[in-house]
Amino acid sequence: MENGLVVQIEDVSFRYENENVLEHVSLTVPKGAFLGLVGPNGSGKSTLLKCVLGLLKPNSGRIFLFGEPIESFREWHRIGFVSQKANSFNRSFPATVEEVAASGLAAKRGLFRPLTHEDRRAVEAALAAVGLSGLAKRNIAELSGGQQQRVFIARALASKPDLLILDEPTVGVDARHVHEFYELLGDLNRRGLTLILVTHDIGTITDRVTDIACLNKRLYFHGKVEEFEHLGNEAISQFYGHPLHVLSHEHERAE
Amino acid sequence: MWEAIWQYEFLRNAFVAGVLTGFTAPLLGVFIVVRRLSLIADALSHVTLAGIAAGLLLEKTIPAAASWNPLYIGMGFSVVGALFIEKLRAVYRHYEELAIPIVLSSGLGLSVIFISMANGFTTDLFSYLFGSVSAVSRADVWTAFAVAAAAAIVILTFYKELFLLSFDEEYARVSGVRTTLIHFLFIVLVALVIAASMRTVGVLLISSLMTLPVAASIRIAKSFKQVIGLSILFGELAVIAGLWAAYELDWAPGGTIVIAAVVILLFALGWKRGRQR
Repeated sequence: MENGLVVQIEDVSFRYENENVLEHVSLTVPKGAFLGLVGPNGSGKSTLLKCVLGLLKPNSGRIFLFGEPIESFREWHRIGFVSQKANSFNRSFPATVEEVAASGLAAKRGLFRPLTHEDRRAVEAALAAVGLSGLAKRNIAELSGGQQQRVFIARALASKPDLLILDEPTVGVDARHVHEFYELLGDLNRRGLTLILVTHDIGTITDRVTDIACLNKRLYFHGKVEEFEHLGNEAISQFYGHPLHVLSHEHERAE
Repeated sequence: MWEAIWQYEFLRNAFVAGVLTGFTAPLLGVFIVVRRLSLIADALSHVTLAGIAAGLLLEKTIPAAASWNPLYIGMGFSVVGALFIEKLRAVYRHYEELAIPIVLSSGLGLSVIFISMANGFTTDLFSYLFGSVSAVSRADVWTAFAVAAAAAIVILTFYKELFLLSFDEEYARVSGVRTTLIHFLFIVLVALVIAASMRTVGVLLISSLMTLPVAASIRIAKSFKQVIGLSILFGELAVIAGLWAAYELDWAPGGTIVIAAVVILLFALGWKRGRQR
C-alpha cells in the first residue's frame, strides 16, 4: 500500500563475511525529496544502495519500496538507476544514443514484447528532457563524458520512473559538465521526480539537495540541508573520521 | 560453380548450409564480440570436435551406431561444454577467462583420446576439421536450417534483453531483466550454431566466422542494428566467395571462407582509414 514514502529502510544491517558494513540503518525517503546520501569511501553507501535495488539481501531489517516489501516488489521500472559504472562502460560499444536510451525499457515491456510506438515517444521525451534530442542518431562513443552521463539518465527516465537513484554520477565527468548535470537533476526534482544521489563529496551537493543522510556504517544524520548546515564542521569531521571543512559551491539550490 | 550447383546435390547442400552458416554465425557473433566472449566459440568448437570424434569412434566400433550422425553427438558435447563454461565462470568469479582454457583443453584432450582409440580416422575427420564442399548431407542442411531458424527466433524475441545484457549487465539485473535465463538461452544457442556450422567451415575455423565479419562491421556501422546487418552481409559474402574458391581450386572451404572474411576485414579497415583522412 503506497503511503507517500518512496523508500523505507527499517533497521537494516549487512555483513560481508565478518565485517559489519551496515549497522541498524533506518531511513525514509518521502515522495518529491532530493536526498543526498553521503559518506566517506567504504562507508556502506553502495551496499545500502544495492540492498534498496534488490541486488543484495540485508542480514536483518526490512526495506519497503512504494509501501511494498522489497521481497514482493515487482515494479522495478518505477526505479531508474544511474550506476557508478556508467562512467566506465565499453566506450567503443557500437550503439547510438537512441538505442542506449531505449534499452532502459527492456524490463518494463517484459519478455516476448517488442517496444511500441508509445515506447519510442517515451525515449524521445527522455532524450529531450536531458537536452540530447539532436544527438539521438549519434554513436554514444562520439559524445563527451557529460553528454554520455545524460544518455544514462535518459535511459533511466525512459521508463518514466518515480524514483531516480544515482551512484557517484559525476565521477569521471569534467568540472564544466558537473554544474550542468546538477542543474538537470534539480530541474527533474522540481518536476516531481524523487531523487537519491549517492556521493562521497559533501561539498558539491549541500546546495543542490533538499535532504541529507550521512552514513558511515551507521546513520549519523538524516534531515533537511538547513539542519545539516547547522551541525558544524566538527560534527561532520567526527562522522567522516578525519578533520573536514565543508565548502559549499555557490549554486542555486533545488527547491 | 553456379551451373554445377543445379547439377549436383552435394554442391547444392554445401551452398545452402554455407549460406545458413553465413547468417547464423555472424548474427550470434555480434553479441559474442560485444560481450567480449570471443574465445568461448573457440572453446566450444574444440568440445564439439570431441563429440564428433566420439561419434566417429562409435560408428567404427558399434555397427548399430553407423546410422547416427556424429553431428548430433557433437551438438550434445557442445551444449554440455557451454553449461560447463558457465559453471566454471561462476566458480572462478574473478578469473572468468579461466573457464575457456579449461574447457578448450578438455575438449582437445578428449578428441585426441577418441581419435587414438579408433586408431586414427580417414578423410571424414579432416572434413569436420576444415569443412568440405562434398561432405554436406541433406540431413546436415536441415540441421543448419533448424538451428538458423532457432537463432533468428531467439534473437528477434529477446533482442532488447540481449542488447541490454551486452551493453550493461548490472543495469539489466537492476531493472529486473532475467539475465541468467537470457544468458543461458544464448550460450546454448551458440553451442548449437557452432556444431551445426562445422560441416561447411569446420570445427577449427567456425569461431572466426563468428568474429571476423563483426570485427569488420564494427569499424563501419553507426548503430547496433547496422552492426548486425553488416556482419551478416560480410558473413554471407565470405561464405559465398570462399565456397566458390574452394570449388574452383579444390581447397578446403574452411580456409577459403576464413581468408575471404580476412580480406573483407582488411577492406573495412582501409575504408575506415580512408574516411578518416
